Amino acid sequence: MTELLVGTKKGLFVLRGDPQVGEPFEIVTRAFPGDVVEFAMRDPRTGRYFAAHTSGFYGPRLMYTDDPTGEWTQAEGPSFPEGGDASLERIWMIRPGEADGLLYAGVAPAALFTSTDDGESWSLNEALWKEHQAGDWQPGAGGLALHSICPWPGDPLRLAVGVSAAGVWITDDGGQTWHTGFDGLVPEYVPEEAQEGTSALCVHNMHRAPTRPERLFMQFHGNVYRSDDEGSSWQEIKAGLPSGFGFPLVIDPSDADSAYVIPLVADIDRVTPDARVRVYETRDAGSTWTAHGDGLPSNEAYLTVLRQAFDSTGHGRDMQLYFGATSGDVFGSSDAGSSWFQVHERLAPVTSVRVA
Amino acid sequence: MAVVLLRAPLSQRAGNTSDHDLPGSTVGEVLRELERRHPPIVGWILDEQGRVRPHVNVFVNGERTSEGSAVGPSDVLHVLPSISGG
Repeated sequence: MTELLVGTKKGLFVLRGDPQVGEPFEIVTRAFPGDVVEFAMRDPRTGRYFAAHTSGFYGPRLMYTDDPTGEWTQAEGPSFPEGGDASLERIWMIRPGEADGLLYAGVAPAALFTSTDDGESWSLNEALWKEHQAGDWQPGAGGLALHSICPWPGDPLRLAVGVSAAGVWITDDGGQTWHTGFDGLVPEYVPEEAQEGTSALCVHNMHRAPTRPERLFMQFHGNVYRSDDEGSSWQEIKAGLPSGFGFPLVIDPSDADSAYVIPLVADIDRVTPDARVRVYETRDAGSTWTAHGDGLPSNEAYLTVLRQAFDSTGHGRDMQLYFGATSGDVFGSSDAGSSWFQVHERLAPVTSVRVA
Repeated sequence: MAVVLLRAPLSQRAGNTSDHDLPGSTVGEVLRELERRHPPIVGWILDEQGRVRPHVNVFVNGERTSEGSAVGPSDVLHVLPSISGG
């Protein structure tokens, strides 16, 4: 049995089903009806569920529970210190860290928050916030967001984060100091003469390979990249894809040469190319890509898959993959993408998908 | 004391009470006092910088106001969501 947490524009849907059967999952519960649930996940260390949701009227907040069908508790934060200008706009990502009780939250306006008590309270990473305030950080279309958080397995001092649109930031001392990972990233959306040295780098998604942690994969605004030096520099790997544009990216945690992306046409037309839905897989670190569409819509399909709406569980050829679209459709695979089935249809526009 | 009138879900976070007699000389001061007495409502009307959230309206005696607007001892504050959304 697999449990999915599907954040949507109209609440959190908890779905359960058996992917081996290949039939739609059942809706176990719908939480936060009417609110946008931008992200939801379950911390596998504690079993605690988190949901970041925003009321259109009363603002964003982080909730947690041990039972998603029951009551949720509001966390203390994340919120910006009083006396400044910033107020929380959105929580983009919650990610477990590499120490007991440690979690990270990425938010808009772009900032990193840390919890050391299993997510009950949160504090701002002041050093990265100072970089934000001192720098010329510009928002992407979705806002100025810290949305990708990549811990280093076994080392809580090392972390890389991705910001739209302010590039990659890396710490080796637990967040006391930060340096950039900009080399090789090409912002084709700014004039060529303005590209050199700009921080307007629109990272869409970033993941670290756990078995080779100096390697990261990135979906960028118009390109796909790989880094083999801890995120310091990046090599383009989009050759073989129908487009370099897209939002989500996942990896097989057992295979440092693997990545999956779901390309969209371009930034000016953010739908699946050729009116069909296909997931692209590499098993050679981006040298070649294989298209998977068996079981996915193959004609008159103009889907948009957002950056947090793709996830996996397991590894190898039995790895399960799930993604949701703004059409309200959710799809799954139990064979690492070779074939797909419809997990659910006609939900509200999907903002995030995570396997619980 | 000014009177603050809340509707659900805000009233549920303020002791399941719709009417609140609260001191304060500005909208912000009155609402901060509401937060002090009912912590579950922190962050719902005012953001962390004390600003009324963009899609919340605070009316004083029928006039739409902001956090810095003056409040008299017999004024009535209605806190309502905006007519917005999607």
